[in-house]
Amino acid sequence: MQPPLVEMRGIRKAFPGVVANDGASLELRAGEVHALLGENGAGKTTLMNVLAGLYRPDAGEVLIGGRAVEIRSPGRAIALGIGMVHQRFKLVPGFTVAENVTLGMKEPRFVFHPRSIEDSIGAFARDRGLPVDPRARIRQLSVGEQQRVEIVKALWRGAGILIMDEPTAVLTPREVRELFGVMNRMAAEGKAVVFITHKLSEVMEIADRVTVMRHGRRAATVEKAGTSPVELATLMMGRGHKAPACDVHAGQPGPVVLEALDLEAEGDRGERALRGLTLEIRAGEILGIAGVAGNGQRELAEAIAGLRRVTAGSIRVGGTDVTNAGPARAIDAGVGYIPEDRLGTGLAAGMSVAENLIMKAYRGAELSTGPFLRRGRTVEWSRRLAERFRIKTPSLDTPVSSLSGGNAQRVLLARETASRPKLIVAAHPTRGLDVAATDHIRAILREQRRAGSAVLLISGDLDEIMALSDRIAVLYEGEILGTFPCAGADLERIGLMMGGVRTSGPAREGTTVPSCMRRHGRLRTK
Amino acid sequence: MEMDAVTALLAAAVGAGTPLLYAALGEILCERSGVLNLGVEGMMLVGAVCGFLAAVETKSPGAGVAAAMLAGGALAAVHAFMTVTLRVNQIISGLALALFGTGVSSYLGKHLIGVPLPVTPGPLPIPGLADLPVVGAVLFSRDPLVYASYLLVPTAWFWIHRTRPGLHLRAVGEDPATADAAGVNVYRVRYAGILAGGMLAGLGGAYLSLFYAPCWVENMTAGRGWIALALVIFAVWSPLRALAGAWLFGGIEALGFRIQVLGAVVSPFFLKMLPYLFTIAVLVFFTAWNRRRRIGAPEALGLPYERE
Ligand SMILES: Nc1ncnc2c1ncn2[C@@H]1O[C@H](COP(=O)(O)OP(=O)(O)OP(=O)(O)O)[C@@H](O)[C@H]1O
Ligand SMILES: [Mg+2]
Repeated sequence: MQPPLVEMRGIRKAFPGVVANDGASLELRAGEVHALLGENGAGKTTLMNVLAGLYRPDAGEVLIGGRAVEIRSPGRAIALGIGMVHQRFKLVPGFTVAENVTLGMKEPRFVFHPRSIEDSIGAFARDRGLPVDPRARIRQLSVGEQQRVEIVKALWRGAGILIMDEPTAVLTPREVRELFGVMNRMAAEGKAVVFITHKLSEVMEIADRVTVMRHGRRAATVEKAGTSPVELATLMMGRGHKAPACDVHAGQPGPVVLEALDLEAEGDRGERALRGLTLEIRAGEILGIAGVAGNGQRELAEAIAGLRRVTAGSIRVGGTDVTNAGPARAIDAGVGYIPEDRLGTGLAAGMSVAENLIMKAYRGAELSTGPFLRRGRTVEWSRRLAERFRIKTPSLDTPVSSLSGGNAQRVLLARETASRPKLIVAAHPTRGLDVAATDHIRAILREQRRAGSAVLLISGDLDEIMALSDRIAVLYEGEILGTFPCAGADLERIGLMMGGVRTSGPAREGTTVPSCMRRHGRLRTK
Repeated sequence: MEMDAVTALLAAAVGAGTPLLYAALGEILCERSGVLNLGVEGMMLVGAVCGFLAAVETKSPGAGVAAAMLAGGALAAVHAFMTVTLRVNQIISGLALALFGTGVSSYLGKHLIGVPLPVTPGPLPIPGLADLPVVGAVLFSRDPLVYASYLLVPTAWFWIHRTRPGLHLRAVGEDPATADAAGVNVYRVRYAGILAGGMLAGLGGAYLSLFYAPCWVENMTAGRGWIALALVIFAVWSPLRALAGAWLFGGIEALGFRIQVLGAVVSPFFLKMLPYLFTIAVLVFFTAWNRRRRIGAPEALGLPYERE
């Protein structure tokens, strides 16, 4: 049998504090559209960056056409026929389309004749169904057009293997159609197309085969024809292996802390990210949000933390209305927030551990007098927190950016829980952390629950949700499709719901939204 | 008589503009690669002194010019190593080299003060063209380095805008990460840009000491390196506009000198200030103007590049 066009075996790539790929494998065949599916942080981009020569793997090998190759640089990857359209386009904004396409090429050898090059690139692009004005400057083009330029650029270099990193995330539905047309056409010409995405419906539409990645390695490679969105969702999120360990909270949940009613909010690109979402969490309870990424998780967390406007609905925390009140009032109402983007939104990366630790509490009389910080007390205070949360740092003056992922996350949790918040919103709290750090972070969350906080846990890992939550809510397209008590939860049914199947039987708690019946017909699943 | 004065002034403008032009063209190549070189003044001075020294020793102006370019290039190599390889702040490295070049040149030139050049390269009129009225005298009865600058301007333009290395140069200055991903060797391109800039600055210095003066005087560039830096902004990083700017600046310098000679009742110190005042005015005006038109410096100017 012919060897696969590309074979990646046992790829390992670690960044400081994070193992992005851990024994990842992938095979690509000529003439296929191969979807690479996985949660945020599963390691998809890293694996493809290895193939495209941007990262050197720590271990593992790459074979092209059965021969082992070492892809030391992007230039080498291009020579091997590998082209990649990155999530953040790599185009020079002030250059014309033609200049960008020819950048780095051996041709033209010396003299660059804009007219003739522009004409040939224009014709080349048109022939491949990618019309674009070769004389336009990149900064004048829409995102969709820029993506076309990227594809033209890869094809112009003779790419036989084209990797596209979440290409549909930035496109309008019409542009997605056009892109799928182009992808099919390339596959028909015998190229291998890698299509990275989170969206199950797109996978089912365009892919020939699907590789699902989870925790930095391959969970499975399946034929599209023999799979279903439900199976893919389960592969992505895990099967809830740790279900028996489901952590049932002994105490009785207290009064309602978070009440979110009919929330509507827009995503960054104006799409409807939350569509009438309703949920409540009680004191001393962890509610886990299960669902495939991109179904409104981020918008939900941000809305509660006061960082995103809701267009309808209301949010009450501990009886206080904080709807569109902004982050300061959300904090005052008792919201602690562990954002998914720790070093960006969560921590001030360039500031010290101590400064980050006091960032929320410094206004209190304990730490300041008028506008002045009480140096002795702040040091003592942050030292105590660092000890309690076992933050490993050379000193309290070390910038947070140089801590490992686990310790940075401990700093964030220490700060957010120090004020005994009524509600903790934790988005992907253990993503990318090693086992020890993960266990520790989970223990901290459990301890907060024992102390009477309500916790909203958003995670891409069903195992984690099962391990921590008292109740599980399934989020799909901005709505809660159902809520289940964790103990004895029907994993099959949760899996179906994450894949978009609205089961008609009443959920245990009877919170299934009636509107679910309406959309039943449009599902592609069995 | 009237006419002769104008012709003479124009001729002086071209003469005074030539060292500025070389230095500015060099700086354009350097900045187009994304590296700011504030050491131009030092490189011009080192070029001037080394060129003069070599010309005295070998009695050949050609050898002087070559030595000046080598000296300017050597100083630029230090800048390249500091800013590209070690990623030192470009402003600090450049300022350090400006000071260093000034100091070294006065040290090397200690025994050259008052020494005459053994061979004074005279003008080389171009047959035919030199007889044209006005332009003949202004443009075509000059020394070889002036002619070379005429050729260098379109060559530099063509190089930047119409060749593959030029495309790479611009890409590296605009967006080094993208250029890198496209297979362009960012470090090599930046080294080349900086070295070319230093060599041309050295050449500008040699023009001063071998043709314009011709002698060695301590600190003889008198701030021309800094004016060249302003010229680059005036020229919006374009060689063609650099030519116009250099001659304009040269004209102002020449004008001040002439007014002084004519015995006007203006303080000579004020007249000597003219080019610098004009520089400040140009910087203020053009920076605002360029911003409005959204044309300007290479995007990555001043930023060290490191692959992720
Ligand atoms: N350059 C980097 N430096 C440090 N950590 C990194 C780097 N690139 C990726 N990571 C980390 O490696 C892990 C895997 O990241 P990667 O971008 O490959 O995931 P992904 O599957 O593409 O996710 P997404 O769907 O969010 O794009 C993440 O935890 C991420 O934070
Ligand atoms: Mg990615």
